[in-house]
Amino acid sequence: MTKQSLIVLGIVIALSASAFAATKATPPKGTATISLPGDAGMAFKPGPGAGVVQGQCLSCHSSAYVSTQPVLTKAQWTAEVTKMKAVYGAPIPDDQVPTIVDYLTTQYGKP
Amino acid sequence: MDLGRGRFLAATGAAIAAGAIPGGAVAQSVKLPFANGDRPLVAFPQKRPLIVLTPRPPQLETPFAVFDQGVYTPNDAFYVRWHLANIPQSVNADTHRIAVTGLVNSALSLSLADLGAMPAVELAAVNQCSGNSRGLFEPRVAGGEWSNGAMGNALWTGVRLRDILDRAGVKAGAKQVQFNGLETGVFPATPNFKKSLDLDVARGDDVIVAYAMNGQPLPVLNGYPVRLIVPGWFATYWVKMLSAITVRDTVDDNFWMKTAYRIPDTPNNDVLPSQTGFPTIPINRMRVRSFVTNVADGGTLPEGSRALRGIAFDGGSGIKGVEVSSDSGATWRDATLEADYGKYSFRRWHAELDVPRGTFVVAVRATGNDGATQRATAGWNPSGYMRSAIETYQVTVS
Ligand code: HEC
Repeated sequence: MTKQSLIVLGIVIALSASAFAATKATPPKGTATISLPGDAGMAFKPGPGAGVVQGQCLSCHSSAYVSTQPVLTKAQWTAEVTKMKAVYGAPIPDDQVPTIVDYLTTQYGKP
Repeated sequence: MDLGRGRFLAATGAAIAAGAIPGGAVAQSVKLPFANGDRPLVAFPQKRPLIVLTPRPPQLETPFAVFDQGVYTPNDAFYVRWHLANIPQSVNADTHRIAVTGLVNSALSLSLADLGAMPAVELAAVNQCSGNSRGLFEPRVAGGEWSNGAMGNALWTGVRLRDILDRAGVKAGAKQVQFNGLETGVFPATPNFKKSLDLDVARGDDVIVAYAMNGQPLPVLNGYPVRLIVPGWFATYWVKMLSAITVRDTVDDNFWMKTAYRIPDTPNNDVLPSQTGFPTIPINRMRVRSFVTNVADGGTLPEGSRALRGIAFDGGSGIKGVEVSSDSGATWRDATLEADYGKYSFRRWHAELDVPRGTFVVAVRATGNDGATQRATAGWNPSGYMRSAIETYQVTVS
């Protein structure tokens, strides 16, 4: 945004703020459009099984959902993967689960 | 009380002059006061740089210093929390409709213009995520790892849900009202995010379908063009991009009501981490909380200053009083309450510490008009909901 448009925006906000002290806001009109940044260069840590996790754990959300968790135990990571499958419908083949759990426990957890 | 926890680095933004992030923002980062608390600060559309929990779906936390700047949280600083990643990035208010169906005499399809023709209500209310402060639980629990910034206070304008329900005509036998918005899962198998309120709660005086936030259209990430406002209740019920209101004759048993967002039905809703097999109920009203906003834990007041400022709120009884302590909660003195913006709003307060120079453990405690107050010890529940213990801050007077 240019400096000028910032100033104009500032004036618009100041005007509407004083206007709204007097009268109630009315419903919005028109289309609001945004463009979300996506995963902004985030990635799972490298390591054995990373490819499988990349393939199975990025369709519904960013890897940040994993990397921001506290240090979970193997049992807790197993419960997370099971929940993704059973509750949220992640189409993860059963035979990939041990690889995924081992990867998560090694990279983001503790035994 | 956890007095020795890591110092909170208040959005000092250990600036890494990184390359452009899609959207044109410059990368900075903060460290929240718990393990794995490193977070980038990124400006999402219509937002200033906020603390990114997950970019997809967008979950953005408000840097705490914002709460010192006024009773209302600016729209561009207001936290963001979505469950499912399939969120419309373009929403047309002119064609948007809210379908009112189910156990009603006449089904409705309401436009924004229809809402504009109904009596308008305006009220201030705090919107707080059920899991606000989850990252501070000890022992830690899995989930969205927020610090204290998954909350905000805004002036909401809209129409009473009750007026909408009356216009449709609720039939005898109605039990609950269910709300759905435009957000959907990436896979059809993911349970659609729907929430329900008991009919008497839904018909409350202050439950509104809001089309404005702080006098402006809602940011897309906060639910443009309309969202439900349930003052005093946790934000899980405040469905964004509201598109369907369904009157039901049964208690909603969808995943987001029956399994998720439940709290132990035990005294204080607490359980021990080892406990299993306890009954649960849907999360509902917020608990009373208070925070210092002008100095962070580990911070130093400006030279010569002993002034503290902060905010308090509860689940809708309104704030009766706020007390501060400079000896880690051993003795307390009253803070002064500032202007009252209504019982659902943040209530600002200020106080003067009565201390010499040095470093002190400051604590703040609020009490609601319903008599409820904050406890020194944080309770625990397996989902990390409704944290409300007394907050403490190590503060240096110089
Ligand atoms: C079908 C979609 C889907 C897939 C695939 C998926 N998840 Fe999730 N995941 C979700 C949803 C939905 C949530 C958050 C729900 C909410 O907002 O409360 C979530 C949340 C999480 C969380 C946060 C903690 C929690 O339980 O809410 C973790 C950790 C997580 N997912 C890990 C994974 C891992 C690891 C994989 C790959 C094995 C994975 N997810 C694949 C849908 C999915």
